Amino acid sequence: MQRKSIGNVLLLVLTLCVACMWAFPIYWAVITSVKPEQEVVTKTTFIPDVFNFSAYYFALFETKLAAWYVNSIVTSIAVTVVVILISVMCAYALSQIVFAGRRLLYGIILASFMVPSQALVVSQFVLMHRFGLINSWGGIILPQLIIPVVVIVYKQFFDSVPKELREAAKLDGCGDFQILFRLYLPLNWGITTALAIITYIMAWNAFLWPFLVTSSEEMMTVTVGITQVGDAFGVKYARDMAVAILAAMPVAVAYLLFQKRVTQALMLSSGIKG
Amino acid sequence: MTSEGRRRTLTVILMIAPFVITYLTVFAYPVYKMFALSFTNAPLIGEGQWVGFDNYVKLLNQKLFYTSVWNTGYFVVLTVVPNTLVGLGLALMVVRLRGWLQSLVLVLFFLPYILPVSVVTEIWKWVLDQQFGVAQYAIEFFTGKRISVFRDPLWAMPMVALVTVWWTNGFNLLLFIAGLRNIPADYYEAATLDGATRWQCFRRITWPLIWPVTALVLTLQLILQLKIFDQVYLMTEGGPFNSTYVLLQLVYREAFRLNHGGLGSAVAVFLFLIIASVSVLQYQLLRVRGR
Repeated sequence: MQRKSIGNVLLLVLTLCVACMWAFPIYWAVITSVKPEQEVVTKTTFIPDVFNFSAYYFALFETKLAAWYVNSIVTSIAVTVVVILISVMCAYALSQIVFAGRRLLYGIILASFMVPSQALVVSQFVLMHRFGLINSWGGIILPQLIIPVVVIVYKQFFDSVPKELREAAKLDGCGDFQILFRLYLPLNWGITTALAIITYIMAWNAFLWPFLVTSSEEMMTVTVGITQVGDAFGVKYARDMAVAILAAMPVAVAYLLFQKRVTQALMLSSGIKG
Repeated sequence: MTSEGRRRTLTVILMIAPFVITYLTVFAYPVYKMFALSFTNAPLIGEGQWVGFDNYVKLLNQKLFYTSVWNTGYFVVLTVVPNTLVGLGLALMVVRLRGWLQSLVLVLFFLPYILPVSVVTEIWKWVLDQQFGVAQYAIEFFTGKRISVFRDPLWAMPMVALVTVWWTNGFNLLLFIAGLRNIPADYYEAATLDGATRWQCFRRITWPLIWPVTALVLTLQLILQLKIFDQVYLMTEGGPFNSTYVLLQLVYREAFRLNHGGLGSAVAVFLFLIIASVSVLQYQLLRVRGR
C-alpha cells in the first residue's frame, strides 16, 4: 500500500513536469515578449527584471497588424456563418425530407473526405482569378466554405430528433424552414456553437490558402501577415514574439472560454461521439 | 397532393441549393480541373494545350520529385508513429488525474494545437535560435556544440517533425483520453484483485481495448502528415539542400513560382491519389468498428 502511493506521487510529479515542459515554449514566448530587446539577447532570465510592453506597442502601431486583424475577423466570421448556414439546411433536407437523389448527395458528401483541399489549390487559384477575387476577402473566403463534416454531424443529430416533433409542427401549419430554424436548430444549439467555434478557429488558423491568394500586404490575414514582420524589420525577438502572441490571442481566448465545446466538436468530427 | 409535392420539391431545392452550388463551384469543379490541367502545358493563369501524359513523364524524370516523395515519406515516418505513441503516453498520464488538476494539465498539453501554424513556427524559431535560443542549452549538453538546426540537413527534418508532434499532439491526446474513459473501471478492479501488476493491466486490458482508437489516430495522422507544407515552408523553405522539400511544396514551386500550372497539377493529382487511397483504407477501418 505504502509503495503504491509513493508510485502514484512520483507519477503525478512526472506528469506535472512533462506538462510544464510541454507548455514551456509558449511561456518562453510570452516572457520574451515583455522583455526589453537587450535583455532578450544578453541573459537568460525566466522572469524578466522589468516588464516592458514596447514590443506590443510596436506590433500594434508600427506593423500592418490592425489591417490583418480586420481581414482575419471578417473572413473567419464570414466562413463560420456561411458554413453553418448552408450546411445546416442541406443536412436538414438530407435527414428529414425524402427526395430523389438524397442517397446520392449524401454519398458524394461522404466521398469528399477523400479529397485533400491542399491538392486543389492550383485549380482553385485559377478559378478565383477568373472570378477576379485574388487579393480580396471573397477570394480568401470562398474555397473555405465546403466543410463536409459539418453536414454529416448535423445530419446525425437531426436523425436522432423524434419524428413526432416535426409531424406535430407540420400539423400546426409550419413549413420546413420554420421547423428547421425555430425547432431543430434551437434543439441542437449546443452542437451548433461547438461547430461554429471550431470552424472559426480553423478559418483563423488557415495558412496555405490565404497565403496563396493574397500577395498585397494589406489583404493578408493575421496568420499570413505575421510571417512578413521579421523580413521587413530585421530580427527582433521580443517584437516577433509580441506579434505572434497577438496573432494567437483570438483563438487562444476562444479555446479557453469554450474548452468543452472545442473538444466536443473535435471528437464529433473525428467520428467519436463526445 | 400535387401542390403539396411541388411545395416539397421547392423546399428541398431552396435548402440544398446553397450548399450544392458552393460545392460544385469551389470543390467539385476544382477537382475536375485539377485532373484536366495535369494533362496540359498550361501556365498558372491562361490556356494550355493538351499534352497527354507529358507532365507525368516529366515528373518521373525530375530528381526533385523523388526527393520530395522521399522527404514526405521520411516526415511521415518521423511523425505518425511517434505522435501516436506520445499521445497515448500522455493520455495514460492525464487520465489518472482528477478534477481541476486534470483540466489544467489538459490545457497545457492541448494549447499548442489551437495555435496558428505561423505562430508555432515563430515560437520554435526563437526557442531553437542558434545564438540565443533557450533550447541550445539542451543541444549543447548532448552534442557539445550549438547547432543551427534548420540549416543542417541532418537536423532539419527531425526538428520539423518534433515541432509538428508538439503542435498537433493535443488532438491525439484528446482521442486517447476519450478511448481510455470508455474502458470500464471494473476490469481494472477485477485484475488488481487477481494480483495483476500495472504492466499486466496495460498489456491485457488497456492495450487491446484502446487499439481501435490507436488505429483511428494512426490513419488520421497518416492522412494529415502526408499533406505537410506549412511548417517546412515557414521554418526551412525546403532547405537546406532540399533536405526538407516535400510534395506539396513541389506543387507550390511548379505552379506558383515557375508558372507551370499543368505540371503543378500533376503533382497535386499524385498527392490526391495517395491520400484518397489512405482515406479509403481508413473508411474501411471505421466501418469494421461499426460506426
